[in-house]
Amino acid sequence: MAINQDTVKHVAHLARIDLEQKELEKISQQLHAILDYIDTLRKLDVKDVPPTSHILPIKNVLRQDLPQESLPVDEALKNAPNKERNFFVVPKVIE
Amino acid sequence: MELYKLTAHTLREKLNKKEVSPQDILSDLKGRIKEVDPKVRAYVRLEGAEEAQAPKGIPISIKDNICTEGLNTECCSKILEGFQPPYDATVIKKLKEAGLTILGTKTNMDEFAFGSSTENSYFGTTHNPWSLERVPGGSSGGSAAAVAADEAIWALGSDTGGSIRQPAAFCGVVGMKPTYGRVSRYGLIAFASSLDQIGPITKDVEDCALLMNMIAGFDPKDSTSADIKVPDYTKSLANNIKGTKIGIPKEYFVKGMSGEIKGLVEEAVEKLKSLGAGVKEVSLPHTQYAVPVYYIIATAEASSNLARFDGVQYGFRAKAGDLIDMYKKTREQGFGQEAKRRVLLGTFALSHGYYDAYYLNALKVRTLIKQDFEKVFNECDCIITPTAPTPAFKIGEKADDPLQMYLSDIYTISVNLAGIPGVSLPCGFTKQNLPAGLQILGKAFDEETLIKVAHAYEQSTPWHKMKPRL
Repeated sequence: MAINQDTVKHVAHLARIDLEQKELEKISQQLHAILDYIDTLRKLDVKDVPPTSHILPIKNVLRQDLPQESLPVDEALKNAPNKERNFFVVPKVIE
Repeated sequence: MELYKLTAHTLREKLNKKEVSPQDILSDLKGRIKEVDPKVRAYVRLEGAEEAQAPKGIPISIKDNICTEGLNTECCSKILEGFQPPYDATVIKKLKEAGLTILGTKTNMDEFAFGSSTENSYFGTTHNPWSLERVPGGSSGGSAAAVAADEAIWALGSDTGGSIRQPAAFCGVVGMKPTYGRVSRYGLIAFASSLDQIGPITKDVEDCALLMNMIAGFDPKDSTSADIKVPDYTKSLANNIKGTKIGIPKEYFVKGMSGEIKGLVEEAVEKLKSLGAGVKEVSLPHTQYAVPVYYIIATAEASSNLARFDGVQYGFRAKAGDLIDMYKKTREQGFGQEAKRRVLLGTFALSHGYYDAYYLNALKVRTLIKQDFEKVFNECDCIITPTAPTPAFKIGEKADDPLQMYLSDIYTISVNLAGIPGVSLPCGFTKQNLPAGLQILGKAFDEETLIKVAHAYEQSTPWHKMKPRL
């Protein structure tokens, strides 16, 4: 299946990545070649094959809801590019 | 004293006999790093990266994507520049409890483990100690090169599609990817959560067994870790493989592979026969689909895992007007080319209109690949293959062709899709004196057979004693 620049542009928006025109062109070409190769999978008939999303027979791992040790706030905020009191600071969201 | 040349098990004996102190080993090792790392560049930062605790045991080197409290952990990406985790990964906690010293500087890798050569590292490429103009493999290329160059006693890497085994093969050392769920992933910065595993990179198989003893086991903090009893892996260092049934998959010896590698692997199989193993040809018919399936599943999971790098909580933030613009510019400037390619490919495969055709389809083919292995393991104890189709390639050779780079993992990728364990160990050298890797694959949670066969082979060959000239 072909992938064109418009699709890559749309996907880049979904993935929240800005791309300059030159980069967009290059990546579109590369993704086209990669998807071309991936299309070899279409040779297989998998209509009746169940999907494997996970290799172990583990489902819904739960634990007791008990208070446990947690990170102090200042430790959790230690790496923030911008912070104030107990908050991460981000550019204004609401008009 | 040249203690850096020794294996961890030899150093452990010397420590027990009080012939050396932990400080002796650490200073010796640091001297070696200072001497050879300017050529090899296996480590990320040499300046200002001090150990967080006083040395109390054997030092170990850690890949840059495993969280170490108070030590830079940057996934070799600009977007995590300066990140110092406020906690230790479970494996690090276990190593500290076992009395090891965590080296202050981390080992180099492809950004977010996206690559097979370390050329995608924000901090520059690592050089193969056997031939400095060649890549060490990847993504755990720094860990493998450090061990090969005696700049590390031993190391941890991570393996999502071959990232421990392929660099171990390129650098002539031992590298094991344990069964999915055997080692806790808590604190491993996630690439593809259904494929990632942490594992040892060591100078010999005995060290691999020792390190597996330290890191394996159930962890309540990783809901995908398996609550299955962990054996004492050193008990598998028995040197007796009489009657072991080995399968050789015919699909792995096809066009495109180096004739020299093929010859060396065939010689290794003959050696194993002479040690008493039974060998038969087997078939893994869906082998050719492993790379395309992997590049859908791994990138889909990566696109989701990497959503957290948005400039809010840690690392790099770009200057921008509003929030969405900040996300987009941060990720444009913070991610390298390969990271962008993979996030975009994964987002595409999961996006509306393409999900069924790509992602769901890949999950179904994954089932077929897993079933191939299950069938073969009904009649064999383990499978032997080459680790990589060629020896280490030249720096720059595949840098502009992502697809060719992906194909260098052709023999390692199915293992992660099936969740089974695999180990690579040296099986000789090409005419250009480049190491070749032998890969042994086993049933889920049967790392013991891998260690047993690998050890028997290693002890009857000279390869693990060879050192590069630096």
